[in-house]
Amino acid sequence: MGWFDKLTRPRRDVPSDLWKKCTRCGEVLLIKDLAKNLYLCSKCDQHLRMPIWDRIALLSDDNSFVEVNREIRSIDPLNFVDSKSYVDRLKESIAKTDVNEAVTTGRASIDGIPMMLGVMNFEFMGGSMGSVVGEKLTRILETGAAEKLPVIIVSASGGARMQEGIYSLMQMGKTSAAIKRLNRARVPYISIMTDPTTGGVSASFASLGDINIAEPGALIGFAGPRVIEQTIRQKLPEGFQRAEFLLAHGMVDCVTHRRVLKSTVARMLRYLSA
Amino acid sequence: MPKEFEFEKSITELESRIRELQTISESGKVDLSREIQAITDKVDALKVEVYGSLEPWQIAQVARHINRPSTLDLIKLLCGDEFVELHGDRLFGDDSAIVSGLGRIGSHKVMIIGHQKGHDTDENIFRNFGMPHPEGYRKALRMMRTAERFGLPIVIFIDTPGAFPGIGAEERGQSDAIARNLAEMSDVGVPILCFVTGEGGSGGALAIGIGDRVFMFEFSVYSVISAEGCAAILWNDPTKAKEAANALKLRAENLLEAGIIDGILPEPLGGAHRNHQRSAEEIVKQIEAHLPILKSMSREQLIEQRYKKFRSMGKFSCEEELENA
Repeated sequence: MGWFDKLTRPRRDVPSDLWKKCTRCGEVLLIKDLAKNLYLCSKCDQHLRMPIWDRIALLSDDNSFVEVNREIRSIDPLNFVDSKSYVDRLKESIAKTDVNEAVTTGRASIDGIPMMLGVMNFEFMGGSMGSVVGEKLTRILETGAAEKLPVIIVSASGGARMQEGIYSLMQMGKTSAAIKRLNRARVPYISIMTDPTTGGVSASFASLGDINIAEPGALIGFAGPRVIEQTIRQKLPEGFQRAEFLLAHGMVDCVTHRRVLKSTVARMLRYLSA
Repeated sequence: MPKEFEFEKSITELESRIRELQTISESGKVDLSREIQAITDKVDALKVEVYGSLEPWQIAQVARHINRPSTLDLIKLLCGDEFVELHGDRLFGDDSAIVSGLGRIGSHKVMIIGHQKGHDTDENIFRNFGMPHPEGYRKALRMMRTAERFGLPIVIFIDTPGAFPGIGAEERGQSDAIARNLAEMSDVGVPILCFVTGEGGSGGALAIGIGDRVFMFEFSVYSVISAEGCAAILWNDPTKAKEAANALKLRAENLLEAGIIDGILPEPLGGAHRNHQRSAEEIVKQIEAHLPILKSMSREQLIEQRYKKFRSMGKFSCEEELENA
């Protein structure tokens, strides 16, 4: 788990802050145009990764988002050092992303329906789940159950955060148990899987939605494609582990275009909420 | 997988020397019992020295020893011929990397579920090296729900490198199978006792690891990623597995300290592979100590306690941040 951190490193070599290359067609896109176009490629409509504040704005009503539990921050329980120390990696991520952790959570409304929202940030250590991601998500799930507020979680993660060792693994159990309680309280949970959703995140809360939505083209799976290729020593078929593959295999309820994501989620909630 | 490790070479050499002397001695021509005793004492001292100071990376190897007691070995010792194996997930197939069935341990009727590895290459290929597909996890969940319906406590043996990374596994929803088990196990209304007997490999281990009590054998490991995998990703160098094993803190004593597990089961000198019976005895001890307490709890109490147990796992700071810090 967490291999995405590595896998996607070359992509960060985008030489300028002003433009980005489409990950599918290679079209050069100006960031300011992208931001106006929901981070969709203007040429091929590829759904590129969306910064979290744009994502929050996309899904919640204007000015309705109020962040919660911002003060929960990572510590370094194992004193973990690889080629860099975990503490330094955290500092770098905080500086780069201007948020404290790989998930931002809050209260918001969607088409007037109050909800709890969690949005993962792939830019923060590959969106990896450590103790803080687990805790912040568990808290919004518990609030959702207690106050009968639907929960929406937008995933973007390579998996568990290796630097927190066993603690990060246990977040899979913790978040999944909290979802079971939400289920028992008959409060809807909608999971939105974006590019990429893999490893321990895919194998816990992201797969457990009452409704699972995938963004077009998103890479979603348990094992990373490179790990699978190395294990079975054969090339993976075209489209393997993409959103459409998951839809075909019955793992997601729908693949939904970003332009209609908010209205689709709101419609679902109106059906499921009391 | 070697049958002996570099660090135990001196021990196995002396042991084969003892066997030689015994053969000579048994032929009746000379009495070598004093020499044999001397070498035996030496081996015992050496075992204490070697196995008393194993590095995390060495422990990770012992945890994977090909002769380590497997789930079926333990079942045989715990239940004898009483065990009835039950197969299949009723959805796709029967995964031989996870075994399950009904058995009696001491005075308790239980459902037993566990990863299954092999003791040789053929067996390991059949068992997929203990790496389950989704149908294995779905079989495990089916067994847990059956156990719940009939009020049977569940005993689980964890020993896997991880869930299998393959095309079929992804097509059939490896993520869904693991996630579903995590959620459902938090809601099973009978006692669940888990024992990490060898390798606790990541999500593939945890997927049958949400228990009221979780124990680890002394030389077992439990980790978010294998030392090799971690080295390949974070060090960009698979040969740094030793460093990764240190950094991951994957030993039983680390997990006990972290409050993730409830106890450590001692292993015979040299590791569990040298004496399967001893492992079975240690398991019985824990079952006899903990099952009566758990059996006396109501369904609601059990589920609440299990939720709180996993809810409390994680380390973070909760202080208000300093302005412009």
